[in-house]
Amino acid sequence: MFSDSSTNTISRKRIACFHCGELCPDGSFALEDKAFCCFGCQTVFSLLRENGLEQFYQLQAAPGTRIRSAAALAKWTFLDDPTVTRQLLDFADEQRAKVTLHLPAIHCVACVWLLENLFKLHPGVGKVLVNFARREAAISFAPNQIKFSELAALLASIGYEPQFTLGETEKAKPSPLAKKTWLQIGLAAFGFGNIMLMSLPFYLGLDSFNGPWFKALAGWLSLALTLPVVTFSAADFWRTAWFSLRQRALTMEVPIALGLAAIYLSSVWEVLAQRGPGYCDSLCGLIFFLLLGRLFQRKAHERLTFDRDYKGFFPLSVVRKTETGEESVAISRLRVGDKIILRNGELLPADAKLVSAGAWVDYSFVTGEAEPVARETGAHLYAGGRQVGGAIEVEILKPVAQSYLATLWDNEAFRKNRDNDLDSLTNRYSKRFTKLVVGVALAAAVFWIFKDAGKSLKAFTSVLIVACPCALALAAPLTHGTAQRILARWKIFLKNALVIERLAEINTIVLDKTGTLTTADARGVNFVGAAALSAEEQSWIASLARHSTHPNSVRVARALDASPLSVKHFQEIPGCGVMGEVVGRKIQLGSRAWISAGVGGDGAFSVAGSVFVAIDGKVRGAFALENSLRPEVEKLISQLGGKYELALLSGDNECEAARFQKIFGDRAVLKFNQSPADKLNFIRELQQRGKKVMMVGDGLNDAGALAQAEVGVAVVEQVGVFSPASDVILDAAELPRLAQVLQFAKNSTRVVRAGFAVSALYNLVGVSIAAAGWLQPIVCAILMPVSSATMVLFACGTTAWLGRGLRVEKSQVAGSARANFQPSTFNLQPIVKEAA
Amino acid sequence: MSVVIVLILASLALGLIFLGAFVWAVRSGQFEDTLTPAMRVLAEERTEKFPETKPNQTKMKNA
Repeated sequence: MFSDSSTNTISRKRIACFHCGELCPDGSFALEDKAFCCFGCQTVFSLLRENGLEQFYQLQAAPGTRIRSAAALAKWTFLDDPTVTRQLLDFADEQRAKVTLHLPAIHCVACVWLLENLFKLHPGVGKVLVNFARREAAISFAPNQIKFSELAALLASIGYEPQFTLGETEKAKPSPLAKKTWLQIGLAAFGFGNIMLMSLPFYLGLDSFNGPWFKALAGWLSLALTLPVVTFSAADFWRTAWFSLRQRALTMEVPIALGLAAIYLSSVWEVLAQRGPGYCDSLCGLIFFLLLGRLFQRKAHERLTFDRDYKGFFPLSVVRKTETGEESVAISRLRVGDKIILRNGELLPADAKLVSAGAWVDYSFVTGEAEPVARETGAHLYAGGRQVGGAIEVEILKPVAQSYLATLWDNEAFRKNRDNDLDSLTNRYSKRFTKLVVGVALAAAVFWIFKDAGKSLKAFTSVLIVACPCALALAAPLTHGTAQRILARWKIFLKNALVIERLAEINTIVLDKTGTLTTADARGVNFVGAAALSAEEQSWIASLARHSTHPNSVRVARALDASPLSVKHFQEIPGCGVMGEVVGRKIQLGSRAWISAGVGGDGAFSVAGSVFVAIDGKVRGAFALENSLRPEVEKLISQLGGKYELALLSGDNECEAARFQKIFGDRAVLKFNQSPADKLNFIRELQQRGKKVMMVGDGLNDAGALAQAEVGVAVVEQVGVFSPASDVILDAAELPRLAQVLQFAKNSTRVVRAGFAVSALYNLVGVSIAAAGWLQPIVCAILMPVSSATMVLFACGTTAWLGRGLRVEKSQVAGSARANFQPSTFNLQPIVKEAA
Repeated sequence: MSVVIVLILASLALGLIFLGAFVWAVRSGQFEDTLTPAMRVLAEERTEKFPETKPNQTKMKNA
């Protein structure tokens, strides 16, 4: 009887919105032959068409972003507050202003095009320049025609809601890869190329044709061209070498600077003594390759922030209640005693007291608890909670900086700075290397003083020049830089290249549960009942559930996703459930106790964490809401289990302990009800037992543990949005790759060691010849660039080749992962078909 | 053999011109965003360019 209706619903469900591409729940929004999922998308389409911006839809299919919240101008009025404006605008006078806004919704070519054509939508908007990588738009506008708040509202109305966070206003924006670095590289390349051209006759032994004046000319010109390279391009090497010498540490920069100085000074001496053109070509080449290696390492992920503190998570403004009404106010101006209004999904910025009736607070971000908790009037709410459902009113109890959340950041784990890691692989090698080279050079000099005093100085400088640890200095930056870029292609972003070395040393992995291994989306909604739900019943229940903002109702409604019918006599009983009449049938949806009390007996469906359904006073069944595991988590755990010690930490209760013990095996430690501080201490205890710990987590509740661990991995649903301070940012869909990533890091470190071996071989041969005093300038000049070039090829080539393995496995698994990521709507289909 | 001097000077001059061009490119911000221009060019074909003299734009410039 319902085979017709069910096929109907399916075919209707599959229509994708013309604007945003999401499935249209029903056909009620349509314009001509185009269907839309919601009124917001339809409005944007009409707006763009009226302004001749239809090309937006030709550049990419369904390029839009769903408008999630009604764009109210009032939301943005805080931007007109002069203090806020001053902090955010790059430049402003009466007629012109320029601002760089972070628009996380930018995702395709069409977005870039539409935003850069924004002037067609409003005459007050001038030139817009989008930076796709940073998800930013630099917008010029005329403040006398369009206010800053109106500009923000305009952007929000077409789906590009600007994101402002408290952190942004307080510190300078991170500068992109500095122009200076590029100039330094360009100058070094210029010197390298031109000096090499002049040195060519000397390589080939042709210089005698031109007579001695040519030698002098080439020598002086080379010195002149090298001077800016040594002073400007190599400036950073001198500075860091001086710095580490003053700190009495032998970092890689010390032997580099020593070698560079030796090469330049001996070149000057050779030219002055008219002995030859010096080694300026090698010197410039070396500096060029070294800078290239640094560029590789530094050109990481410009749009990611790895060092967020709590301010990065807070919105810039909240709605404050005043005597006359409501106003939007910057968080920095919030005072104790202010009453603020939080709407669905908004974050509470400070500890506060609930003033209005009841609230559902989602603390998952702070504590890791999966389910929102109910709070009554007068309850103390902690900062970092999110209101779920209707708007609530709260009174601020503590200043933002002293709230529960902010105190988390006072832990010392956040204060350690591991970026200037002195204990890196390269530095360990360079320490021995420097001592050895200086020792050999001195020994050679002393030896030649007794044998042939004239050769003494030459032997000393030759050893320093040949031993110049170019290959050594290039191995790690190039290998790690290449590895970093390969991983970034798979949406695994490392804070810096040193993280690879730390990843390779990990022997213990601690995982967070909620949000990391599990997701609380609609996929985990399963119906359990005597008979499966028919399509009609699904639409009745969905229609009722839609009217409630309770998170469980929202999940049920989203899982069913049927076309809505009108509901009469809707009633929501807090703490119990909802009831109402749909097409004359009485539907109840709620807790087991409430349903069984109302109808007598619960039909003996015992399902954990469930929402019970009664139709016409009879229990129909229950929806089991479980936190579904991300795809392939079990496979990942079994892969990791063989090689690493595993532990699971969860802020959630123990109801799923048995399930996870089965996945993790008996040896793993599972801990539940963990506070953020507990997690941090757990990691610290492991470290005190000599473990190298990797923490994998997602929320603020893991922030302490992420900072304390050797490597903190933040799992995010959307890269570039919302992640706690960490060393690695991992796209949630790539979580199954974790085992391969760890293996890749290990292999990369092996490549670095192999590079050291190659460089040691070069040095052994070169230094022995040099120490013996046999070294011809030509051999020296050729040996040095060749050793650098082999190192570049070896490091980049081998790492890229290793990365290929990652790519192949990845594309295979991507297919199966996608198969697991079926939209929620199809979850219930098999049941319907079985019933049919 | 003075032709070598001419050649060296010519090659240096050429090199300096390119270095100058590179410095100009870096200074004008061409190395700041290497991703977006590649995307922008895809859309450019089918759209009119950003108008050089838009009414409000000129007003803003004059001010």
